[in-house]
Amino acid sequence: MVVKFELSALKRTKWYEVLLRILFGGVATVATGMIAKSFGPIVGGLFLAFPAIFPASATLVEKHEKEKKQRAGMNGLARARSAVALEARGAAMGSIGLAVFALVAWKLLPRGPTWAAVAAAGLSWLTISISIWQIRRLIRGHQSSWSRSPRSS
Amino acid sequence: MEGLKEILFRFLVGGLVVSIFSALGDVLKPKSFAGLFGAAPSVALATLSLTIASNGIAYAAVEARSMVGGAVALLAYTFLVTWVMFRYTPSTLLVAAGLLSTWLATALGIWFFLLK
Repeated sequence: MVVKFELSALKRTKWYEVLLRILFGGVATVATGMIAKSFGPIVGGLFLAFPAIFPASATLVEKHEKEKKQRAGMNGLARARSAVALEARGAAMGSIGLAVFALVAWKLLPRGPTWAAVAAAGLSWLTISISIWQIRRLIRGHQSSWSRSPRSS
Repeated sequence: MEGLKEILFRFLVGGLVVSIFSALGDVLKPKSFAGLFGAAPSVALATLSLTIASNGIAYAAVEARSMVGGAVALLAYTFLVTWVMFRYTPSTLLVAAGLLSTWLATALGIWFFLLK
């Protein structure tokens, strides 16, 4: 399976859905700052990885997948919820990358220029996340090819 | 007034960064790959520079250290959402919002046993 860009998917996103994401993202960012101010950076830092936008995003994924299937004359609810599960699985892989992002930022921030530390952390997140996704895909590919091939006696 | 300006600035930057990562998740296929962007460091990217500007590098580094714990909690949360959605296919909003308590419990557990 190849990774694809489907720009037409943006057309399915309605203006109020974009506003909702800006609202959730903005509130999460402000709330994280306020938590850090009230309880200190140790507790505040935890909330830098709070899945504030995930419930809204997952609900939108379900809605879009359901609408797509309905246009094709199907109910599509089960399929839409499977799509959400797949998206959550991807987020689980990405969260390992997020832990590495935080680790790199923690170690590099006091040692060099901020931009370099943030860039290295961002690059680490992307590399680790994509690598985990790719490794899982390869393992799954091998497993399914083993199960298809006839057993040699 | 200065405080209100900072809140508004954080709101706009946070909203914009989160929306960009969400849009990336929308256009990417397959779904499991798009999901990687559901765990993007969007809030961290939006706030780290602002935190350094107002509180200094040492403060931001402490936040980053705690964020490792938050990311572990995110792994627990997303793993559980995946399992429940595949196993029972219930309402997405109910599961995704209801299980946020898992994130909170895991994060507070990490804070209590490892970071406090």
